[in-house]
Amino acid sequence: MKKPIIKVETSIENHSKTNNSRRRFLKMGGLAVAGSSLLLYGCSDDDDMDPVTPPDGVFDLGAGNLGILNYAYALEQLEADFYTRVIEGNYYKALPDGEEKTLLEDVWYHEVIHREFFRTAITAVAPDDITPDLEFDYGDLNFDDRDSVLATALILEDTGVAAYNGAGKLIDVTAANGDVYLTLAGKIVSVEARHASAFADLINPGTTAFARDGILVDLGGTGLSYDRATPPSEILAAAGGFITTEFTANQLPTD
Amino acid sequence: MNLLKILDNLSNEELLNTKSSRRGSISQFTSASKNIALASIPFALAATSSKSKAATATMSAAAFQATPTEVLNFALTLEYLERNFYQIAMDTTGLIPEADRAVFAQILKHETSHVNFFAAALGDAAIDEPTFDFTGKGLGLDTFENYGTFMALSQGFEDTGVRAFKGQAGALANDNDLLTFALQVHSVEARHASQVRRMRGQKGWVTGGTAASNGIPSVFDGIYEGEANTVQGGVELSGLFGDFGGPEAVKEAFDEPLTMAEVNAIATNFIVS
Repeated sequence: MKKPIIKVETSIENHSKTNNSRRRFLKMGGLAVAGSSLLLYGCSDDDDMDPVTPPDGVFDLGAGNLGILNYAYALEQLEADFYTRVIEGNYYKALPDGEEKTLLEDVWYHEVIHREFFRTAITAVAPDDITPDLEFDYGDLNFDDRDSVLATALILEDTGVAAYNGAGKLIDVTAANGDVYLTLAGKIVSVEARHASAFADLINPGTTAFARDGILVDLGGTGLSYDRATPPSEILAAAGGFITTEFTANQLPTD
Repeated sequence: MNLLKILDNLSNEELLNTKSSRRGSISQFTSASKNIALASIPFALAATSSKSKAATATMSAAAFQATPTEVLNFALTLEYLERNFYQIAMDTTGLIPEADRAVFAQILKHETSHVNFFAAALGDAAIDEPTFDFTGKGLGLDTFENYGTFMALSQGFEDTGVRAFKGQAGALANDNDLLTFALQVHSVEARHASQVRRMRGQKGWVTGGTAASNGIPSVFDGIYEGEANTVQGGVELSGLFGDFGGPEAVKEAFDEPLTMAEVNAIATNFIVS
């Protein structure tokens, strides 16, 4: 079977001024495949391009560990960009000094640090093959509104946890620095989980929201006590709704 | 340890019941977990092929890595510790305020699941349940009389659990399924840790590299030893983020692993046998 090219949708404006983009955004919570942002070039009726050759000028994440690093870097770019906009929004600005404001600021710091760390690490090994600076569009998301910001932050963090958990096995530890990359993924994913827990509790304080049944899955019939581990194809299909820079993920490992 | 054995054990109801019958009265399963839902075994896993990532002889730490069975028993020990800790706390009248019981009931539910999962995965190779002393043996902690002590220990156990699983990722790297299972448990422990930390007035993320910097008595410095690391992937990050929280934010942004020996040195304070 030919691998599909995942094409991140380029034109949010094509959607009428409804809540389409917002709704697709929220689909990330269930990690549903958002069909509108997943184009299978090889299967397209009016498209005769070679399915394994990305369109001219479109960046591909690459293969092997480099591909996984570029994938993680793309997700960290999304998170860092989101919190940068949060910090510029009136919800954050109007917060009094205190736990909630510090929490948002900390998460912004952490995600910027993750992004810049990947930029540095990938540039060191593959300066010509690093994911470019991506651009994002959040549709009509209201960065002045607490509920909207926190709900979106929670989705991003829960998705980040599932993405890193799903990527762990894709890292080839026999390749150069592979064991380092696996450990780094572990160092970051638990911080994402700490973020997710905190945002869930800000939304629903003192409840089971921080590790709720609705976000966890079962293993072996022992109960809803495990985070998801989601493959890149599903993560990118879901996240693609807000990434306006086109790229492909044609060569990522799948097992 | 391989996937077939895990699936076989997970689908062996008799074995699950045998394991549970060996446990003491204080650690009885909840009724929900007694009835393992065999129908929900992840059959999809059977279709995955574990790409061999062996050839670990060339990996620097390979000689010191535990076998998968040792790692799973290590995980089971920690999950037993946590499960018993929360079970006793929930059963101790007047310890956990009503407003906080939902949180700890949820954590107990998860730790119980994790015990069942690792015990089933190990089958006959599973260790017997240890006997625990949550006063910290010689430390004389008032763990179940003082909610503050209980909360501090809870944070310590959860943060240790995160570091313990992280430290074994390399030892499981040649088995895709085991590695993924461990990661799926690892991040749930981090969710717990963040919640308990925040209930204690701490940040949800680990701050600095001492017990004191995380609001825990210094006798437990081992829990946070090394968390002040700012070198990641060989890059010193401490001076690069002056506008983004500086070195403290760098420390928070990466959780650090502990070796099995380091974790055991912490856990041994609470394990009688």
